[in-house]
Amino acid sequence: MLRLAVPYGLLSAPQLRKFADIARRHDRGFGHFTTRHNLQLNWVQLPQVPEILAELAEHELHAIQTSGNCIRNVTTDHFAGVAADEIADPRPWAEILRQWSSFHPEFAYLPRKFKVAISGATEDRAAIQVHDLGLQVVRDPNGEIGFKVYAGGGLGRTPLLGQVVQEFLPWQHLLTYTEALIRVFNRYGRRDNAFKARIKILVKALGREEFARQVEAEWAHLKDGPATLTVAEVERVAAQFVAPAYETLAEDDLCHLAHLREDKAFSRWVERNVQAHKVAGYAAVTLSLKKPGAAPGDATSEQMEAAADLAERYSFGEIRVSHEQNLILADVPQRELYTVWHRAKAAGLASPTVGLIQDLIACPGGDFCALANARSLPIAAAIQERFEDLDYQHDIGELELNISGCMNSCGHHHLGAIGILGVDKNGQEWYQVTLGGRQGNDARIGEVIGRSFAAAELPDAVERLIGAYLAHRHADERFIDTFDRIGIEAFQSAAYTQTRPHPHQSRRVANG
Amino acid sequence: MAKQIIKERRLQDDAWKVVTLVDGEAPFDVCLPVGPLLVPLAVWKAKKACLIHREYEHGTPLGIWLAPEDKVEDIAADIDDFTVIAVHFPKFADGRGYSTARLLRERYGYDGEVRAFGDIGRDQIFYLNRAGFDAFVLGEGKSAEDALAAFDDFPETYQAAADQPDPLFRRRVA
Ligand code: SF4
Repeated sequence: MLRLAVPYGLLSAPQLRKFADIARRHDRGFGHFTTRHNLQLNWVQLPQVPEILAELAEHELHAIQTSGNCIRNVTTDHFAGVAADEIADPRPWAEILRQWSSFHPEFAYLPRKFKVAISGATEDRAAIQVHDLGLQVVRDPNGEIGFKVYAGGGLGRTPLLGQVVQEFLPWQHLLTYTEALIRVFNRYGRRDNAFKARIKILVKALGREEFARQVEAEWAHLKDGPATLTVAEVERVAAQFVAPAYETLAEDDLCHLAHLREDKAFSRWVERNVQAHKVAGYAAVTLSLKKPGAAPGDATSEQMEAAADLAERYSFGEIRVSHEQNLILADVPQRELYTVWHRAKAAGLASPTVGLIQDLIACPGGDFCALANARSLPIAAAIQERFEDLDYQHDIGELELNISGCMNSCGHHHLGAIGILGVDKNGQEWYQVTLGGRQGNDARIGEVIGRSFAAAELPDAVERLIGAYLAHRHADERFIDTFDRIGIEAFQSAAYTQTRPHPHQSRRVANG
Repeated sequence: MAKQIIKERRLQDDAWKVVTLVDGEAPFDVCLPVGPLLVPLAVWKAKKACLIHREYEHGTPLGIWLAPEDKVEDIAADIDDFTVIAVHFPKFADGRGYSTARLLRERYGYDGEVRAFGDIGRDQIFYLNRAGFDAFVLGEGKSAEDALAAFDDFPETYQAAADQPDPLFRRRVA
């Protein structure tokens, strides 16, 4: 497996085409976008790797620090720079951190891998609280930028949310503070047991206050040193993220509104896959990499090329990878949405299901991953198939369903409203279900509902859970809201009760 | 053949001996062979007077070696006594020694030899060198030729470290 870096999820059209080309010539014609923005190729031949890396380098692409116990790719909000709720663009800070962490001489052999995420918006779309280091851009009363710093978040077999170690770290100190924090981890993190080596275990063992105190003591030596950021440097880096040359457009495009009225399928796609933009007349489009029969996050070379074409024609030549494993065109004029939709549909990139059950997250699991306890992809496919009916999906509404093939939690199952975890029982594949997890500002780890399910039982169990939601929901309540209101018990009893088929199923039969 | 070490970017003979404690041996009981020695932290603590005496009376230079878990802070006050401070890497994946070296150089201003020894080779040299090591005893079977090439892996670096007090952004010409 070769994992290629996509720093903070940003790609140019030629770079994405290069990925397509590499996947076609050196792999089986597709790649897998991970929850940390990267592209994974599963069948690359080792002897070809030098050649692949040389080709990638011509496009400023690489595979540096995409595995190993080092500082990994810095991830961020896929709507960075265009979101209406942005406090400040996180990308310059992500780039500053990328540079600083690249071949960092002290931190190449940490106790364990170290993942950093940064959010610049009021709504956290980068899951910063489940990262080793999470940074939230904030402003002080004078409008000065700083960071609220979370440390010690992570999933895996000990899922923990990050602890706040700094309420407001002035931006100048981003690198010196981070260096102090990782130095404390490098020196005192556990190295005797790989399962206890992430920084979250250190933070938990010391307690938030003591950990923060140790970082502070280390930082006292580094603070205001040469690594202190300067206005000139921040401006230099920020200049690489200037807004594209937007046209001055009306808030609403009339043709677009007409298409919305006339074409139900289009309006459904817009409702789910198109997000508001801070610039009038523009929108951000999610190209879905989710559909039944394909592994979530998988993109064929043709799809990558189609996305690159769309980006070039309609979105200033730029693509982002979201941590939900979709591709984003961040700057599409409203008037082009109808065309973009048609072309995305033709490329199989327009499942109108963003945020719905079909937009699930799943790790590669037992089909590809040596560490897996169970397969993720057939489970994902079975669930997607069960809920394929679009009316049914839209009726269920927003629901995050995440699947991991083992405790390493690459599929972020703890953060799913419904989480599914592959477990091994005497060599057989079983699945444990958690409920109530969520990402974002009030991130929470899901609770286990009870005994595990066999693969064959799982789609029914999920359908029964959703049945319980549909039976109990108040108007406008999402699955997670109903869960919060009525608690886990109602779902537990539903999950383990053999009921008659849900009315929806009979309706499907009735509809022939 | 004399033991070899990489220093000043070339292979040189090396006269230093590493003293280790055998299981259960009390640091005070360890017998000190003649010649320049790298002693473990525990031996330094136990036999400081004796070691300093060797230096004064016999002109034998003083050296110490630190295990990954040994804290630089524990020798901070003695740093100027040492001609060599060595840092052991029992496994290359144990990266605590990089912090040890940076602290020696950058925090305590140690300017004698900082030597890396143990499970190190070509892949580590560039990082080690930047962290402040200036002498390298390679692991068993590691090629010195490969290791020597690694110093020039990258012509430029982003971060400040022991070899370069200023990060790249402070060195860019405006
Ligand atoms: S969660 Fe487990 S099975 Fe899935 S990709 Fe990660 S390590 Fe592999």
